[in-house]
Amino acid sequence: MKLKMILTALVIAGCGVSAVIAADDPVKIREGLMKQIGGSMGALAGIAKGEKPYDAETVKTALTTISTNIKAFPDQFPAGSEANSEASPKIWESTDDFKAHAAKLGADADTVLAQLPADQAGVGAALGVIGKNCGDCHQLYRVKK
Amino acid sequence: MGARVRKLVSAVVLFGVVAGGTAWFLTKPEPWPASHWDGLGEPDIANGEQVFWAGGCTSCHAAPKSEGDAKLVLTGGLPLKSPFGTFHVPNISPDDTAGIGGWTLAEFGDAMTRGVGKKGEHLYPSFPYGSYARLTPKDINDLWGFLKTLPKSANVAAPHDLPFPFNIRLSLGGWKLLFFTDKPRVTVDTSNPKIARGQYLVEGPGHCGECHTPRNALGGFETAEWLAGAPNPEGEGRIPNITPGSKSIGGWSESDIANYLETGFTPDFDSAGGSMVEVQQNMAKLPASDREAIAAYLKAVPAKESQATER
Repeated sequence: MKLKMILTALVIAGCGVSAVIAADDPVKIREGLMKQIGGSMGALAGIAKGEKPYDAETVKTALTTISTNIKAFPDQFPAGSEANSEASPKIWESTDDFKAHAAKLGADADTVLAQLPADQAGVGAALGVIGKNCGDCHQLYRVKK
Repeated sequence: MGARVRKLVSAVVLFGVVAGGTAWFLTKPEPWPASHWDGLGEPDIANGEQVFWAGGCTSCHAAPKSEGDAKLVLTGGLPLKSPFGTFHVPNISPDDTAGIGGWTLAEFGDAMTRGVGKKGEHLYPSFPYGSYARLTPKDINDLWGFLKTLPKSANVAAPHDLPFPFNIRLSLGGWKLLFFTDKPRVTVDTSNPKIARGQYLVEGPGHCGECHTPRNALGGFETAEWLAGAPNPEGEGRIPNITPGSKSIGGWSESDIANYLETGFTPDFDSAGGSMVEVQQNMAKLPASDREAIAAYLKAVPAKESQATER
């Protein structure tokens, strides 16, 4: 049910979910959520760097995807879902801190959404604020295998 | 009995003295002659700061989780867990007693490039002098000048916590004899100044190989597998292969690599993780030309297949 809601939200946000997500595999779900966040970051970076023209709808869609996905993200780590993933065991040792990191990105995305960047420079500034969260959390909680 | 046994005994003793002496001679700490550090003149502090960021000094020597100006307080204390025990990173702030404020340029330079401490002792290679050995005397002088401008910290860092035999510093002489070198790690086209600069940065101050190159049981590099990826020395997971043969990074362009070092984002907008987050933040402080040089070098090193253990 929750998954359906997330998916619906994503579709409404105009971000087609291309990959079929296996509902019973939390690793696939969370990796899918992160890939879409990465895609959204890419869309924002394209504008910030001037490779794509500024487009308010694109910016809004990207920020909405980041906000929606990151709020659902911490719920995709049931006990025992560490295997075959890049999730650090620290996620289950410091769950509250892990959730706080996710919440921080959600709050940052919402703040930017509330005052949507109006031009290329604004998107660049927003990208800096939001992008810092990626490294801050991956530094602690992601392990490359 | 008498003469024969005495002769045998003295032969054995003589052999022991010669062998011991030879071993000591081969493995004794070897600082540069003092003249190596002469005539370097006034340090270029701005260049010293560039060497500081390229060298990543702050990532181990500042208090863990430092941000902003706190990264410039080199208070020490970070525990570095290794298969040989736990190393505690020393205070290298300019404090006269707790830090290295009382050191001379020569003492600092010998620590950086020869792994020899102020008291003439061997230093543990957890301090990556095996890479820093490639730094030019000018860069050492400039870095030393920059370090002296940083805030003092009175923090007294804990001593290393190492089991026998790793707590015997003399044994490090043997390690150095086997593994220490200031020669190039790989052959690249050094007639190209960009690649040559990249080689200097990666093999020297950047000390990238310290994590990205696998090690043997004694902690020496498997030199044929330069930058081919290795188990994470700090625990879980692996440090990726960053040669052109890497399944992930091998496909990146030079500008992808330079952009990653500047922004922390991969071409498909994944981000840096683990210890690489701090490394990337340090690299972001270098001139763009240095990140481009690193990228050029990484495209020029021999391609290695990722090891079988890599998933």
